[in-house]
Amino acid sequence: MRETFTKGMARNIYYGGAVFFFLVLIGLTVDTVKRLPATDNRENLTEQVAEGKRLWEVNNCIGCHTLLGEGAYFAPELANVYTRFGESTEAIKAFIKYRPVDGIEGRRSMPQFNLSDEELEDLAQFLKYVDGIKAARDWPPNIQG
Amino acid sequence: MKYESQGIAKLYFIAAIALFVGQILFGVTMGLQYVMGDFLFPEIPFNVARMVHTNLLIVWLLFGFMGSAYYLVPEEAERELFSPILAKVMFWIFLVAGALTILGYLLVPYARLAELTMNDLLPTMGREFLEQPTITKIGIVIVALAFIFNIGMTVLTGRKTVINLVLLTGLVGLAVFFLFSFYNPDNLVLDKYFWWFVVHLWVEGVWELIMASLLAYVLIKVTGVDREVIEKWLYIIIAMALISGLVGTGHHFFWIGTPDYWQWLGSIFSALEPIPFFMMTLFAFNVVNKRRRDHPNKAAVLWALGTAVMAFLGAGVWGFLHTLAPVNFYTHGTQITAAHGHMAFYGAYVMVVLTMISYSMPLMRGQKAANVNAQKHEIRSFWIMTISMVIITLMLTAAGIMQVYLQRYSADPLPFMVVQDRLAHFYWAREVAGLAFLYGLFLYIYSFFAKGPEVADVE
Repeated sequence: MRETFTKGMARNIYYGGAVFFFLVLIGLTVDTVKRLPATDNRENLTEQVAEGKRLWEVNNCIGCHTLLGEGAYFAPELANVYTRFGESTEAIKAFIKYRPVDGIEGRRSMPQFNLSDEELEDLAQFLKYVDGIKAARDWPPNIQG
Repeated sequence: MKYESQGIAKLYFIAAIALFVGQILFGVTMGLQYVMGDFLFPEIPFNVARMVHTNLLIVWLLFGFMGSAYYLVPEEAERELFSPILAKVMFWIFLVAGALTILGYLLVPYARLAELTMNDLLPTMGREFLEQPTITKIGIVIVALAFIFNIGMTVLTGRKTVINLVLLTGLVGLAVFFLFSFYNPDNLVLDKYFWWFVVHLWVEGVWELIMASLLAYVLIKVTGVDREVIEKWLYIIIAMALISGLVGTGHHFFWIGTPDYWQWLGSIFSALEPIPFFMMTLFAFNVVNKRRRDHPNKAAVLWALGTAVMAFLGAGVWGFLHTLAPVNFYTHGTQITAAHGHMAFYGAYVMVVLTMISYSMPLMRGQKAANVNAQKHEIRSFWIMTISMVIITLMLTAAGIMQVYLQRYSADPLPFMVVQDRLAHFYWAREVAGLAFLYGLFLYIYSFFAKGPEVADVE
């Protein structure tokens, strides 16, 4: 680089740029958090849904599935599974409940998590709540996720 | 090696490489599970293997960063490490905590691990990459604070160079942003939003500071180019990394229930994210071309150039491929993301740690550079691992393009599992490349033990 562009100038761009854009990120974050009630389906965030989210976490569901496109890419997207399963929490519960303990020969299979009926209901309600989150452009692109 | 306490880095590097082997073993296991779904089921289901694969990566890179800092900082600060004892104690604490966590993943069901570690008191588990039990996360914070205290005191009471100050800034940022891992609200959108404050602000933010400073250090050492020139480059690279990367976080906020304006902001700023990586490539080649000496450690020079190029390809080019919102609408959460993730992590962070190891390990073993045979094997392992990773990335990219078309773009979208079956050929090819990578890694390790004639000192 030419001598006219000094190390001091480079340093100032670094400090100035970092501080400025960090403040921009904070400002945008405040604005985003303020706007979230319009989209994040918090009106349906019940105690049961919160329990379901905990179950989602402690069984590491994200280790195979994606949820709103984030997670592992080994198993189907679940942010719209409620819609995909005909808006039936019963269908979701039945699917999880009847996974074979030893899997399916030669194929991917979801583990049997031995959840109680109450836990199954919590988890299904959580997935229903997630389906109600209004993602931009109604992501995912279609029912297959 | 000018200061005795730099030698502590060796411990960290050995642990890093050992965990790297574990990471790849689980990687090839998962690769096989992609095509043989019942492989090791139900003993090691995919989610467990993946958690081990990604967590080992994070832990060994942290070992690599810490080892690099312990090697580099005393030399830059021109004094011994503030507390070598603290560095050794923290090493063992981190290693034992890390090993126990991984064993916990493997030996008990994850839900039981959550129970055993009292996740209910402060639930933080079960989010991608942040699967560690809360107690492990607290351990990570303690180790990080002790580490930063040690490094910080060494820098602040010694000579302050641009390199050690930038490295310190990066390390402090790493610790600070990790604190967001303790925030886990019931509201999924909020949870996801702030989850990225750890994940994005690490890998597309402060880790880039760490990477750039390590690269700058090695380049000064192996080329003898004037520090002033290198420091100017360093500043402008990290300036661009933060200018693009901070608001660039927005490319993760397109489809998670966050406001629409992120599609514009995220697209524009993240489209700039390749710039710092491109500059790193220019920087590395420029400086090596202007070298004032031929360093006998050819392998280290190769790693330094390699990390710049592969980081640009993996993080820059493969990131840009799917970062614009209209494209990402279709590619979000597909194998395209996996392709990008693999090459970006390998190019930017794996290779920069291996660059530091390559440069410093011979010095810590009392040589100027590894012997002729050792370097030959190391260089061969560089090419095998790097080419394997390119193939892995290309296969996952091909799989991703097919997946996007069949599952999301065509007039008659197919179900996820039907599509996965059709991608099997790509997954098999990826698995073969993964095994080649593993072979390259073993060759890399063998290079440390290879005997041969000493290199001629060409300085």
